[in-house]
Amino acid sequence: MGARRVLRHSVWICWKDLLEFSRSRLRLTMLVLMPLFMMGMVGFIFPSSSTMKHQPVAIANQDEGATAATPSGGPAYISYGSIFLGQLEMMNNQTGMMDLSTAKDFDEIRRKIQDGKISGGIIIPSNFTSEMLSGKQGQISVITDQSNPQISLMIQTTLSKTIESMGTQLAIQNLNSTYHVPLARAIAIIKPYDVQFKGVVPGEPNYFEFVAPGIISMVVMMSLMTGLPHAISYEKDMGTLDGMLVAPINRLSIILGKVIAQTVRGMVQGFIIFVLAVFLFGVVIYGSIPLVIGLILLTVFSFVGLGILITSFADKEETATMVMMTLMFPMMFMSGVFFPIQQMPWYMQDVSRLLPLTYAARALRKVVVLGAGVSAVSTEIAVLFGFGLVLLLIALPMFKAAMSR
Amino acid sequence: MKDLAIRTDGLTKTFGDFVAVDHVTFEVKKGEIFGFLGPNGAGKSTTIRMLCTLSRPTEGTATVAGYDIVKEDAKVREHIGLVSEKMIMYNELTAKENLSLFGRMYDIPKDVLETRIRELLQFVHLEKWADNRIGTFSTGMKQRINVIRAMLNQPEILFLDEPTLGLDPASTAEIRELIREINAESGTTMILTTHMMVEADMLCGRIGIIDRGKIVALDTPANLKKIVSGTDTTILEFEIPHIGPSLIAAIRSLECVGSIVQADETHVKVHAKGDDSFDVLVDTIRREGGRIKTVRNLEPSLEDVFLHITGREVRDKVSDEAKAPHMRGPRHGWDRVNERVRR
Repeated sequence: MGARRVLRHSVWICWKDLLEFSRSRLRLTMLVLMPLFMMGMVGFIFPSSSTMKHQPVAIANQDEGATAATPSGGPAYISYGSIFLGQLEMMNNQTGMMDLSTAKDFDEIRRKIQDGKISGGIIIPSNFTSEMLSGKQGQISVITDQSNPQISLMIQTTLSKTIESMGTQLAIQNLNSTYHVPLARAIAIIKPYDVQFKGVVPGEPNYFEFVAPGIISMVVMMSLMTGLPHAISYEKDMGTLDGMLVAPINRLSIILGKVIAQTVRGMVQGFIIFVLAVFLFGVVIYGSIPLVIGLILLTVFSFVGLGILITSFADKEETATMVMMTLMFPMMFMSGVFFPIQQMPWYMQDVSRLLPLTYAARALRKVVVLGAGVSAVSTEIAVLFGFGLVLLLIALPMFKAAMSR
Repeated sequence: MKDLAIRTDGLTKTFGDFVAVDHVTFEVKKGEIFGFLGPNGAGKSTTIRMLCTLSRPTEGTATVAGYDIVKEDAKVREHIGLVSEKMIMYNELTAKENLSLFGRMYDIPKDVLETRIRELLQFVHLEKWADNRIGTFSTGMKQRINVIRAMLNQPEILFLDEPTLGLDPASTAEIRELIREINAESGTTMILTTHMMVEADMLCGRIGIIDRGKIVALDTPANLKKIVSGTDTTILEFEIPHIGPSLIAAIRSLECVGSIVQADETHVKVHAKGDDSFDVLVDTIRREGGRIKTVRNLEPSLEDVFLHITGREVRDKVSDEAKAPHMRGPRHGWDRVNERVRR
């Protein structure tokens, strides 16, 4: 009886909140725009293999070449540097990774990097052909832009991979022509291991698949942590909260009504992100949808207590916003929403283990991207539930006390 | 006991070191309009908030509608309505939506609530605006809706905290009329706070004057005024064509002057004490070059009562300032006053 009365009143308060929300065109627009910006921003701001295209790279070919005996007979001029560049251009035409240009020497490359005209350079020394002809290794220098570690690393990796595979090709050919080893055998001698990359689920790894589940948990967290204190303290400032407090309704109804309203708002935003991720950014959901929805609701539950706690502490809307911001920013960046936790130093990883958002994002990611079942995320579920319960038990008496100061 | 709507006993509220309400004890009878009069920050609103169960008393007890405000707060809430300084209404919602939302919180059956909302809207002549958003209403219209919102549960006691604050004169008159009408028709007990003396005088059966958290006087407006007229304080209104700051300062510096208020360009109101005060005043005004056109001996208003009771503070501040040596004129009796008034 009592519980039904509390629930009935909270539904009315929730109805009021949503009605008020739906009447404001600006708020409705922001409801849709926020997840759109969020996805667009994180999707395009971070470098991924798909964004590594048309990087300007300059080549200084200083190779003087040499005259050598050819298998067909008489001596002829040969330049391994030009052959190397020909192959590099051919490979680059397929991938479109670099925009190649020419430079004279190291100084010019350095100057162009300093001017920001190119992101890297390749130097082939003058004795490249003669060294190789005399049975030594051909030296190639790759110059990178240290001021941009991400791009620099990317160029380093791709170039060394390209050059290595070109070297392998050359070695196979040499083995074949010099020692008459069959081609297939030659590959096995040079590269005894053949690695193939496979994921748990089909398809290429995609940054959106990493980031979308995290953003969904984050949006749900934000709608509770910002929405709840805001909704209550706004009404406190406006004086309308007194109207509810002076009515013979349970204080629980007020907070419950607000929680339901904010949950609906958070779920709508989460849903928008889902739709965007699937249709615009090609994210494939492998897990079960009910489990995904269940996890999102659990995320809501785990943050309700924290939201109420901030509401109880903050006497004014301004204070609430400040407290909330202070708490939310570390959560956003340290919970592995944008960057994998494994990349962080150990002490940061320890901190991140204390944040519920870490578990929410991880569980959702496992289910959405890897198609995991309930048993695989049971730890996360337990942590989220425990965190939510403990904070709720602390927050509710505090809220009741705060309402009759 | 039975005919009491409110009874407080040593009600106290402190915020840190600040004592907002200091051991306030009073009783309000059923069906009366009881006024709390006092300057801003005197503790009126805090007292109301405690009686409405919005704030817990630090000390003391009170019963509202027969229920203890701390132990039986839920019961108290069923029997009261609140019109607070800030309007309890959502701008994005229509008048009807606002009213039904708050009605629902009192578990009024749907059909009963609908009839009641219709009747109340008719009562304040706003039935045509039922489906318009509150945000589009004028302040006066909003406040009328706000008052009937507090009447939805047909409360025994209606608390009105500065109900005419920020309203234009026409709306103020409307709301005052509405308060009187509700009280006359339903017999609802009303607790009204105001810092406007006229409002308290017009509406209230009894008035508690509250200053710095304490009730300094409590009686009917008529009896309160007797406090002033019963003493040797006289309230004189001088009409002087040119009132300059130096003249005001000279009058204020007189020992017999309790307070001085300049009503407009040509009128000053002076509270003066003692038999010879009239002569002293006239002499001072003349010496300062003022020409007295008329003098009236005024009936004390509630404003005068307030000045009389709390005036000590005002006087203390004046006495701190350097006082000009005042001149004592020849003794005249009050007959001189009447003579001049007649003239």
